[in-house]
Amino acid sequence: MTQNGADIFVESLKAEGVEVIFGYPGGAVLHIYDAIQRHGFPHILCRQEAAGLHMADGYARSTGKTGVALVTSGPGLSNAITGIATAYSDSIPMVIFSGQVPTNLIGTDSFQEADNVGLTRPVSKHNYLVRDVKDLAATIKEAFHIASSGRPGPVVVDIPKDVSGAHYKFSYPDDISLPHYQPRYEGHKGQIRRAMKMLLRAKRPVLYFGGGVVLSGASEEMTALVDLLKIPTTYTLMGIGGIPGDHPDSLGMLGMHGTYRANLAVDECDVLFAIGARFDDRVTGKLDEFSVNSKKIHIDIDPTSIGKCVETDIPIVGDVKNCLQQLLARLHEQDDPAGFHEQIAPWRARVADWNNEHPIAYEQHANGPLLPQFVLDKIFKMTEGKAVMTTDVGQHQMWAAQYYHAQHPNLWVTSGGLGTMGFGMPAAIGAQVARPDDVVIAVVGDGGFMMNIQELTTMVEQDVPVKIVLLNNQVLGMVRQWQEKFYDNRESSIDLSAQPDFMQLAEAFGLKGMQAHTAAEAEQILKDGFAYDGPVLMEFCTERGTNCYPMVPSGAPSAKMLTSDS
Amino acid sequence: MRHTLSILVRNDAGVLSRVAGMFSGRGYNIESLNVAPTLDPEVSNVTLVTGGDDKIIEQITKQLHKIISVIAVTDELENPKGFVNREMAMLKVFPKMEQRAEVLRVSEIFRGKIVHVDSKSFVVEVSGSQDKIQAMTELLRPLGLKELVRTGPLAMRRGN
Repeated sequence: MTQNGADIFVESLKAEGVEVIFGYPGGAVLHIYDAIQRHGFPHILCRQEAAGLHMADGYARSTGKTGVALVTSGPGLSNAITGIATAYSDSIPMVIFSGQVPTNLIGTDSFQEADNVGLTRPVSKHNYLVRDVKDLAATIKEAFHIASSGRPGPVVVDIPKDVSGAHYKFSYPDDISLPHYQPRYEGHKGQIRRAMKMLLRAKRPVLYFGGGVVLSGASEEMTALVDLLKIPTTYTLMGIGGIPGDHPDSLGMLGMHGTYRANLAVDECDVLFAIGARFDDRVTGKLDEFSVNSKKIHIDIDPTSIGKCVETDIPIVGDVKNCLQQLLARLHEQDDPAGFHEQIAPWRARVADWNNEHPIAYEQHANGPLLPQFVLDKIFKMTEGKAVMTTDVGQHQMWAAQYYHAQHPNLWVTSGGLGTMGFGMPAAIGAQVARPDDVVIAVVGDGGFMMNIQELTTMVEQDVPVKIVLLNNQVLGMVRQWQEKFYDNRESSIDLSAQPDFMQLAEAFGLKGMQAHTAAEAEQILKDGFAYDGPVLMEFCTERGTNCYPMVPSGAPSAKMLTSDS
Repeated sequence: MRHTLSILVRNDAGVLSRVAGMFSGRGYNIESLNVAPTLDPEVSNVTLVTGGDDKIIEQITKQLHKIISVIAVTDELENPKGFVNREMAMLKVFPKMEQRAEVLRVSEIFRGKIVHVDSKSFVVEVSGSQDKIQAMTELLRPLGLKELVRTGPLAMRRGN
């Protein structure tokens, strides 16, 4: 019996173990949607494609599995671009299927036609135009392999309508042939030995890890390394959860809104060991003054990340998990680490002092304005850092990174590289679909929340009990902070006080709404909201002018932080 | 420093834009670009001339390797003697009547070939190193050179 391309599509997804597709139908994917219906394949209907992509992304980040999205040709795909680029920036494994006009119409400016391969090339790890139904299954297999191997990333498969409609026999290939795509997993033994020697000679070492630890599933090894050597350890925005957030040797996040001690430690260290991180400008600040006195060791599976921004003394290309396992095995062959602990004891004491100088802290007065930091701190204490937290982008994201100490990997879901507003709430839907038994919290600001507000319908329709924490300061807070600091406080196009009544909005969408103006009210609605069985919107009305500290001014060295308004 | 990169690519949809787009997207410069089939119909060879310091060239090479459709990248400068490097050019000259013989003489010196002639003009074909083509261009310029097309360099590894 022959099937059509759409059946082959569904069968291929089943063969890949795909549990759910996030998507939005249209003309060029009618065959595929028909097959989805006939096969009863799980599908979640988003209300706009970019949000659908964020859902698939949230699904992927909260599980480590590959997220799958389906959109139609032309505007379907062009809407999805933001979601694809978001995943690409953070190396998230996703496979995105787009419909395309029939092959005989390609290039004729036909209805809903766009050059999908051309549009997605710079924002995807790879992409395909499937011109023949015979190639469909093999292409899908290759796409899933590329998306999830090496440095992961989104892969786009563009399927013309006549290809999904053409008949052919389904047979899923057992393997793929990509002789020239062979990501290097195993770190070089000699380099790892050299790295260990350099590390053990250090007097002021710092471990600095990033999203690579989460992506390679190496958080156990990462934690074991910190436990063993007791080296002060900092992480990037993407690394949150890579070691338990309350680990005694954790310095917290580094970079633009990182902790005082993390940035000073990196500035003064003699060996900086970078693990699955890429020296992003938000981490380094002014590059030629970044950690100038340290030797650098760098593990990354992507050779382009090594030596791209900073010179590396010991480069190690490989999978973080593999490299750390090798390193740990070697370290266990060594003598007792007590001597090393002694050697770095003065350094650890110095780093601890820095924390006492400028800890991450806030002061919430009972009758004073409600502080966003207080809300996030309460959430951390209530959940013990064991809930999934997604965020949008801006001040609330940085406060969440400072106060929500995720205890495990895949709990922290945020758009780090691209900084996509509108990401948080749909990503939370995807995460909740993936992890129905876990608490999923979407922390959003009033700016980003409005960018994908339509997805509240999806949330209610799917009955995913996401806890939305809306920190409403009626302004684009981070932009306001920059305008205050660097543009003489001239506010330009940031006022969001013209906004809907969010409680009425919640009701209109059919979810529970709760509002707090004071600290006491905040505590109450957090209690009620987390106890409520179903999606809930908790709105916290906060002050307009609160700034997020510490802050490294753009282009300044990271040790030159502003720590308060004064 | 100028580098000639020889890039073997799989003939995937849009493969040239994958290579060229990496350069434009990351702010690298392409001086010349030549794409042609190889003996294997599934594979093409891209010969590309770019510039930059060692760090930039290293990053370019790595970024090229990262493109899934790229099979191999060789940088001629890593081993200049290990490569044969040739470029072809065609030059259209409109000499004055009394200079027609001089054009033929210059062409002969550079082992050029007259591939078209009419009462007003010649088209001279020449191949060789970039310096040679540059030198010939300079000599023909005062003799009425009006048009020039160049392939950009092609490189091939010796032996092996």
